[in-house]
Amino acid sequence: MSVLVASIAIALALAILAYGVFLSFRILNFPDITADGSFPLGAAVAATLIDHGSVAGVTVGPWTATAVATCAGAAAGLCTGIVHAYLRVNVLLSGILTMTALYSVNLMVMGRSNIGLYGKSTIFTPWERAVESWAGGGIVPIMGRPVPAGDVAAALLGAALATAIGVALWLFLRTQVGAAMRATGDNPRMLRALGTSTSFTLMVGMGCSNALIALSGAVFGQLQGFADAQMGIGIIVLGLASVIIGQTLVGAGAGIGLLIAGAVMGTVLFRLLVAIALRMGLDPNNLKLITAAVVLAALVLPGLASRAGSRLRWGAAR
Amino acid sequence: MLQLRDIRKTFNAGTDNEVRGLDGVTLDFEPGTWTVVIGSNGSGKSTMQSAISGTFGLDGGSITVGGTDITAWPEHRRAHIIGRVFQDPYAGSAPSLTVAENLALAEGRGTRRTLAPLLRRSRRAAWREMLAEIGLGLERRLDDPIGLLSGGQRQSITLLMATATAPKVLLLDEHTAALDPRSADQVIQLTSRIVARHRATTIMVTHSMAQAAALGDRLVAMHRGRVYLDVRGADKRRLRVEDLHDVFAQMRQDDRLDHAALALLAAEYA
Repeated sequence: MSVLVASIAIALALAILAYGVFLSFRILNFPDITADGSFPLGAAVAATLIDHGSVAGVTVGPWTATAVATCAGAAAGLCTGIVHAYLRVNVLLSGILTMTALYSVNLMVMGRSNIGLYGKSTIFTPWERAVESWAGGGIVPIMGRPVPAGDVAAALLGAALATAIGVALWLFLRTQVGAAMRATGDNPRMLRALGTSTSFTLMVGMGCSNALIALSGAVFGQLQGFADAQMGIGIIVLGLASVIIGQTLVGAGAGIGLLIAGAVMGTVLFRLLVAIALRMGLDPNNLKLITAAVVLAALVLPGLASRAGSRLRWGAAR
Repeated sequence: MLQLRDIRKTFNAGTDNEVRGLDGVTLDFEPGTWTVVIGSNGSGKSTMQSAISGTFGLDGGSITVGGTDITAWPEHRRAHIIGRVFQDPYAGSAPSLTVAENLALAEGRGTRRTLAPLLRRSRRAAWREMLAEIGLGLERRLDDPIGLLSGGQRQSITLLMATATAPKVLLLDEHTAALDPRSADQVIQLTSRIVARHRATTIMVTHSMAQAAALGDRLVAMHRGRVYLDVRGADKRRLRVEDLHDVFAQMRQDDRLDHAALALLAAEYA
């Protein structure tokens, strides 16, 4: 049970990452891999600010630190957007350039390769205190099993954040700007004919996407108690796995709201599968390989299945 | 209204694939007139439309609309005064957005997109009325993704979208060429009604000689990036399909003469 609650807490922090990847890959149809840099950027900025506790004499709380991290992610996304939409650099290359640059930026921000947050007050701390005082101790019994209050608090705050941001994203995509972004991914030529610059919607969209991804990194960093320069490796594939699994769960033709909900479900499901696999003795070093394989399978299998299906029908008709 | 002054465009200049798209076209389109443009493949008729809408920059010449020089305007800025319908019936709408969302985006043409909700309940009655005019029962499909509709249905809605904000200029680029004959007929009827109602300066490129003979109040035939024939008024009304076939035969004849003259010259100077 403890493993389950902890996995859900991690999944909900990563659901925000899935939202960001959903916005770039699904909505804008922009295969953006800035995430590998903006996710650790969010963690690095938040952890550095929390570790220092104040900047130029002004006290910085964990929420302020998280907000600054989100803005840093937005700036990173804007960089990728500008490099692609205005400097006309290839889609993938513009993401790779920003991602690579961010690796140094993250080291610069932190001043070293990792920062621990042990004993520091994070966004989870008040929630942990609240759960502890409610349960009367550091252990919460759930369905008869003991679960650490910290995990329960993390899952609760994660659920609140994932829900609030999911609803905000859904509302945003129904605004004029949001719909213009959807049209950018759907039919950019039409949007230009309707007098809206797709370069601009792309740039703003990349900013929003990476703001979400950095926010996820900031939350994730505080959840696991440290930020690390290496924590972004392969994170885009993880986000993609969530989005694709979610899309399979709700159906590709589903509406925006369902697809957003699907991204959360996909993240939780994938995290649980990972937890089970680790429990059954999977070497954590193989995790990225397995993740990549899962994404490949999710991408390729539906196509293979329908082809096999048509072959079967063709055989029957003959 | 719309003036083209000696506009020129060469694609892939200086390479083996050099194509003279527009070789000095000067045309003056009166406000509210409907001009039909014909010409063989590569004659420059679609290139002229792209030049007007700003898909690419010109090599020379100028374009003015209502006295304003728009030659240097980017595509999305020109879109404020120019409505467009493309040949591909799927090019004019965003498939995963609903019919209502597509119409709402079109009605926001030329305004800044804000964080206000895209769909306003107050517009729904008006949208239903617009869609009912098409006569395909589309007024019942306001909340369906537009990707579920047929090419003819989508092209009809694209026409409504292109004229939603009453643009000064309406460009139709073979907008019925990819449709089946029945759908093409419906779209043409809708086009006639919309052009009559909005009095936009309309330029329609077509491959259909029947359409060219029956529609519009001016006919421009293009050949090798130049205006070959320009007929209007009573002369245009007298034009029959056979006359247009003669025009094309004449163009081909001219081509052969050109080639013959070239061969002669080549022989002379060899």
